[in-house]
Amino acid sequence: MKNVDILIIGGGPAGLAAGLSAKRNGVENVLILERDKCLGGILNQCIHNGFGLHTFKEELTGPEYADRYVTMVNTEAVPYMLNTMVCDISVADDGDKIVTAMNKENGMMKIKASAVILAMGCRERPRGALSIPGSRPAGIFSAGTAQYYVNMEGRMPGKKIVILGSGDIGLIMARRLKLEGAEVLCVAEIRPKSGGLKRHIVQCLEDFDIPLYLNTTVTCIHGKSRVEGVTLSQVDENMNHIKGTEKFVECDTLLLSCGLIPENELTTAAGASMDPKTGGPVVDSTLQCSIPGLFACGNVLHVHELVDHVSAEAERAGAFAANYVKGR
Amino acid sequence: MVKTVERDVELTCIRCPKGCALTVHVNPDNTATVTGNSCPKGEEYGRTEVLNPVRTVTSSVRIAGTKNGVVSVKTKGDIPKGKIFECMDALKGISVEAPVKIGDVIIENVADTGIDVVATANFE
Repeated sequence: MKNVDILIIGGGPAGLAAGLSAKRNGVENVLILERDKCLGGILNQCIHNGFGLHTFKEELTGPEYADRYVTMVNTEAVPYMLNTMVCDISVADDGDKIVTAMNKENGMMKIKASAVILAMGCRERPRGALSIPGSRPAGIFSAGTAQYYVNMEGRMPGKKIVILGSGDIGLIMARRLKLEGAEVLCVAEIRPKSGGLKRHIVQCLEDFDIPLYLNTTVTCIHGKSRVEGVTLSQVDENMNHIKGTEKFVECDTLLLSCGLIPENELTTAAGASMDPKTGGPVVDSTLQCSIPGLFACGNVLHVHELVDHVSAEAERAGAFAANYVKGR
Repeated sequence: MVKTVERDVELTCIRCPKGCALTVHVNPDNTATVTGNSCPKGEEYGRTEVLNPVRTVTSSVRIAGTKNGVVSVKTKGDIPKGKIFECMDALKGISVEAPVKIGDVIIENVADTGIDVVATANFE
């Protein structure tokens, strides 16, 4: 069995900063596990600018921000494995963590770690969690999926687009698709105010005259093989539909930007106490979960607005994990 | 000297995610005084947004000889807001040869703005 002092699950912004920090705090034997084919996580598809003003005192795009960290990880020789999926964390009698992971090269493997840092990030809330009535045609995507298609594969998800939810990724994608020639009809938000940053409302919607309908949601998806339109309805202060306000909007694509959920299947399976408010594990002031030696940082702990804050938190987690290992 | 109507414009700063509420006072001599900002970037944003609005454009271009390889790009500096779609048109149909490194110039002086479009990711 492979032995490491600190194992970091996830090679996105949190995992990279945690790994660097652990090593800078004197723990040499660290390992980052990343399931994708490259480091950097979601930053790689966030090609817009606005990252790094706190961390690097300059405005960077997502891939540039990621590259700064990847370069540091390579220069400071922090070990990592790509294409590697973690499927279980268990705790041995002596308190060590046994992490089960797999990849093409090694098959299934068990790694023994003195401490584990959770840095798995978050996922988008899917249609299934939103209870939108209507049929199940092609053309319904989460905003992040559409972002992957456009920015990583150069493909368009559709031509006439309605966006449900005014989360930041939805707003960013409204602008992105408009710039690429799509017709972005509107953004509908069920709440009385947008969930996205004000700067995104200004430079993604207002700059391009894309309307934002507040207190409005999608109450029906039309179309059989492909989306043919959606019904928009206004809602009252209890988010109940107001009859008579229905409006049919013809479109071929519906993007969902309705919130992010920390990805904690591993955490809950390991038996850590969870916080229902954040969707992440309960941690103490050293970012340690209810299981000693298990730390969490970044969007797996709670969803952050800024990657700069993720990096700062992960740096602390790396330092706390290093202290824990040295004190054992 | 250009004469402008003296007025106050309320803006949200977009230079960083903090989103400060700015008040830009436009003086009769076509200069502007910014309040409500919490950093120099905000002062600059408030002034240019009212007198000559600019944006950084980010997009992606295809990698020649790949099925769906793309590399992300940006204007190296801000360009006038009115030039955004001209910049996008210039990027349309462009494909570049791999390898591409961060900072490589993809288009010089895009849409006659004096600003280059550069790569923001590496592609090997």
